[in-house]
Amino acid sequence: MTRGPTWFNVTSLVVGFSFLYLPIVLLVIYSFNKSRLVTVWGGFSVEWYVSLLHNEQLLDAAWVTLRVAFVSASVATVLGTAAALVLVRSGRFIGRSLFSGMIFAPLVMPEVILGLSLLLLFVAMDQSRGFWTVILAHTTFAMCYVAVVVQSRLVGFDKSIEEAAEDLGCPPVKTFFLITLPIILPGVVAGWMLAFTLSLDDLVIASFTTGPGATTLPMKIYSQVRLGVTPEINAVCTILVVLVTMGVIAASLATRRQQVQKERDERTAFGAEG
Amino acid sequence: MDEPVPVKRTLGGWTLIAVPYVWLLIFFLAPFLIVFKISLSQIAVAIPPYIPTFDLASGWQAFIENLGELSVENYLWLTEDDLYWKSYISSVVIAGISTFLTLLIGYPIAYGMARSPQSLRPTLLMLVILPFWTSFLIRVYAWIGILKNEGLLNQLLLAIGVIDEPLVILNTNIAVYIGIVYSYLPFLVLPLYASLERLDGSLLEAAEDLGCPPWLAFWKITLPLSLPGVIAGCFLVFIPAVGEFVIPDLLGGSDTLMIGKTLWTEFFNNRDWPVSSAVAVILLMILVIPIVLFQNQQQKIAEKEA
Repeated sequence: MTRGPTWFNVTSLVVGFSFLYLPIVLLVIYSFNKSRLVTVWGGFSVEWYVSLLHNEQLLDAAWVTLRVAFVSASVATVLGTAAALVLVRSGRFIGRSLFSGMIFAPLVMPEVILGLSLLLLFVAMDQSRGFWTVILAHTTFAMCYVAVVVQSRLVGFDKSIEEAAEDLGCPPVKTFFLITLPIILPGVVAGWMLAFTLSLDDLVIASFTTGPGATTLPMKIYSQVRLGVTPEINAVCTILVVLVTMGVIAASLATRRQQVQKERDERTAFGAEG
Repeated sequence: MDEPVPVKRTLGGWTLIAVPYVWLLIFFLAPFLIVFKISLSQIAVAIPPYIPTFDLASGWQAFIENLGELSVENYLWLTEDDLYWKSYISSVVIAGISTFLTLLIGYPIAYGMARSPQSLRPTLLMLVILPFWTSFLIRVYAWIGILKNEGLLNQLLLAIGVIDEPLVILNTNIAVYIGIVYSYLPFLVLPLYASLERLDGSLLEAAEDLGCPPWLAFWKITLPLSLPGVIAGCFLVFIPAVGEFVIPDLLGGSDTLMIGKTLWTEFFNNRDWPVSSAVAVILLMILVIPIVLFQNQQQKIAEKEA
């Protein structure tokens, strides 16, 4: 569409984005509230951030969560990238539709079902539950998201470069690491980040699959929230929101810069030719 | 997209397929079979808390005997106790109403984005995606402080004199609607924006030149052409909303029945694994229809683009 926005378009954007952002902004503001009553403003203070530093249970939970997220995002990125290559490149094979079904179903499957089914699997395997079972569970649902993100990158891929490499005798594995991977890297990185934040956020699947000694941060936040809104929780949430926002903005700036650089390179290349 | 051509496959090619395939078979498909089996078992005071348990070491004879112990009793129980079927119905109704409200709010946003200047669009897109990255739990939690009786919304309304008594919103279904609309809005706006942005502006110009008023042009041209985006977005909201747990648990009241919450209570509070498995199986059967419809629709869009 090319025509300019009307007042109606502008209003709906302003109202829509305020709706999306106001609750989070309020949450951040009230994390600096001096008063313990979260909804009454009692002056500016950072005391809740200071008290977080002394809350060992919370810090433990944060550390568990970060480790789970790091390991599961990394494994999920490898598996998800492989799955994306299979979806886009492997042509027909027996059980292909089952495979793509298993990739897409977890994206819309209610978390309670995923969590329950994985827990029952671990029980059937007589596996003691804890840190590693949460990682296995998170890897499984995150790899599907990675596969979708990487797949969209692979679809618009110029295969002739790969074919050239293979014609010149480059073995497939080497072609992948030297040519394919650098080109799809933005997708792979985005997939890893998505997997990482999904794992960081997850409450339901972690609650089902965890065991003693592996309480994650969302589980901790959830059990506190059930007791009521507290400024400490606001402070934890603010830290998480700020970290994730900075990560996403940094990543998107990096991709944009890369794109600009690429365009510039192409222009110079064409300029040299002509 | 290229036609999938038969590829001659090396050992490496087969490994590439096998690794993610086997992973998903073990950690995604096999668990469902186990859920189905346990939904046919009986609750027991044991570890694990159900009988029969299959032990392959005890041989075929025991295996067949155990098969005889499976029964549909849990499913009969689900039909007898009205808690369950009421939960299913109310989940579908709540998810349906919320999806409709999300569409009412999301359409003008997606439309505004598609009509905004080209240079502004990447930023707007980013602004829609960003909340999706921040924790779901945090975004739901943020609403508690706003909707509470002594919360920010009531303070504001009391201060400007719209109401005399605080409105009771938290722990009602209205709070659940707000929570679902808020949490799932990006899922609807993104596919809708994608289909609105692709819309050919010359069609609207032609309509205008022929004297068609803008609202009629919208009704006859924009809306039908954006329908694939509308359908995709609605599925993306409706399907996960049916099984939602966090939103009804934190924002809903004790009389808010949603099946995700019922399953959670059955499992964690009543420790009845067989019944919660049966609840999960039925929920899956309800959701299979929209999931298959959604995948078919996505495939059609992909084929059209090819």
